[in-house]
Amino acid sequence: MLGEGIIKGMAETARNFIGSYSDPERLVTVQYPEEHIPAKQNARNFPFLVFDVEDPVAGLRCVACKICEKECPPQCIYIVMDRDDKGKPCKHPKVFDIDVSVCMSCQICVEVCPFDAIKMDTEFELSETNRYGGLLLTKDRLSKSNEYYHKIHSVEAAEVDARLADEKAKAEEKVKAKLAAAATAKAAAQAAKPVAG
Amino acid sequence: MGNPVDQIFVILKHWLLSFCPEGYVPIASILLSVIPIMAVFGGLFALTTILERKGLGRIQNRYGPNRVGPCGLFQPIADGVKMLTKEDIVPRAADQVIHFLAPFALIGPVYIAYSVLPVGRNMAALDLDAGLLFFFAVGAGSELAIFMGGWSSRNKYSLLGAMRAVAQMISYEVPLILSSVPVIMLAGSLSPTAIVDAQGGHSHGLMQWHLFTPWGIAGFFLFMIAASAEANRTPFDIPEGESEIIAGYMVEYSGFKFALFFLGEYLGLFAICGLGITLFLGGWHSPFVFLEWIPSYFWFFGKLMAMIFVFIWLRGTLPRLRMDQLMGFGWKFMLPMTLLNILVAAIWHLSKTWLFPGVYLTRWALCLGILCAAYVWLGRSLAGNRSVGKRVYRFAD
Ligand code: SF4
Ligand code: SF4
Repeated sequence: MLGEGIIKGMAETARNFIGSYSDPERLVTVQYPEEHIPAKQNARNFPFLVFDVEDPVAGLRCVACKICEKECPPQCIYIVMDRDDKGKPCKHPKVFDIDVSVCMSCQICVEVCPFDAIKMDTEFELSETNRYGGLLLTKDRLSKSNEYYHKIHSVEAAEVDARLADEKAKAEEKVKAKLAAAATAKAAAQAAKPVAG
Repeated sequence: MGNPVDQIFVILKHWLLSFCPEGYVPIASILLSVIPIMAVFGGLFALTTILERKGLGRIQNRYGPNRVGPCGLFQPIADGVKMLTKEDIVPRAADQVIHFLAPFALIGPVYIAYSVLPVGRNMAALDLDAGLLFFFAVGAGSELAIFMGGWSSRNKYSLLGAMRAVAQMISYEVPLILSSVPVIMLAGSLSPTAIVDAQGGHSHGLMQWHLFTPWGIAGFFLFMIAASAEANRTPFDIPEGESEIIAGYMVEYSGFKFALFFLGEYLGLFAICGLGITLFLGGWHSPFVFLEWIPSYFWFFGKLMAMIFVFIWLRGTLPRLRMDQLMGFGWKFMLPMTLLNILVAAIWHLSKTWLFPGVYLTRWALCLGILCAAYVWLGRSLAGNRSVGKRVYRFAD
């Protein structure tokens, strides 16, 4: 009958109206600056540098190999390698800048880094009053701890840690094997010496 | 004069006038009537915008504005500041003068229409004998203003919106006036004050509002439907039609002029709600005898808020009509129903002299029966030749 649908619709909206007061579950709004939605595992926007031990400078995993700098499509990474007094490279970045106003969040730097030193961040409240200097993230702003990495991307970080530990164990084994091989060679050499003499 | 609390504003006005020098009394009297109307209904507009946004939010399971002030109550102030500080853009091709005048031409008549509304006992600013006629005549001025705005903007959307507005408002003015004819017939007067007085008596503790008669129920609903079309409210907001023609006749307005259009629209809504209250809901009378002690203006504004709430509720529920549906509904349903309602009112009035036991119930049954039969039959025949089945698309499939 004419008007039936209107009454049904009015009942539905009335239910919503009253329901939104009696049952706060219905309200889907997140009151943003005070409340946050828990970040998703795959959320990512700009890169950051991971450090392992306490010191955020010395502990950086980055060895300043500049692979990411070369691969970055918009060329927004700038790296200068640290050198000691004699000019020998230190395997450590002296300058590591990312201009996030240029970065397009492609994650290529993360893919190419052989040392798992650079990862994607979820920090998005980056508004600045100065759009040149403020968005040029320097080394000290970029370096964040491994714990932080675990906090934002726990699954991925666990994988990376497992892989790194694996690699480290293998490397140690290799070293041990080498040492053992050297030792046996030495022993054999020593054993052979008197015969020769 | 009734009790002093009820008459406080009237007494206040007389007291203020007594300080006025002799020759200026008429002007002072006018000002003392006009300024409160402008202030009160302007304030009501601010209140309604926030209530509407909150109500619509709740209907959609949102909070609505809640940032400015406690519970977001200062939002209208923030909006006002925003509107005032915005750039006022006038298109180069627009007709500058008419473009400028249109918002004021909309506000003016609406405020003038308030002058005949009795908002409380002895509280009509202008007690005209032909007040109702005056109200409708002035109210028709808003069509002109809307068309001025749409035409002078030199914009296709504006013009379309304005054409829609004029077509809609003129076709719904007919049922609007026809649905109030029974009231005029039975009250025997065109004066809003007299119409409210006619609803003042009571029987069995219930007021004799026109709503409590068969023709009154039908008339009230028909009036409110036509009123929402007159006030461009959903489901009759096709002149604005954001999703089709952006904002209709308001497209080229910005800043304060846009706010004025907005204000005019809401004021029009309040005015027509006020008229509905005057005609059918007993004006400033209380619904029950034992509540008579509450001042009359409270009742008027309480009823007004209730009607506004219903309009917000409707806006949160109904989608917009299509132009042909709107016209079809207006001419094929509203017009016959209002005409029939006049007939029913006549039957109700003439059968007053019948005398036999159970006559009251018989009259009710007779009048309601006629109206319901017509409603069902009209509804069926309008929906009849429309098949509601699976839709067939010619090109999309
Ligand atoms: S972040 Fe990785 S790829 Fe880039 S310089 Fe450092 S170690 Fe090399
Ligand atoms: S995410 Fe892409 S654009 Fe941003 S720094 Fe890494 S490689 Fe460059």
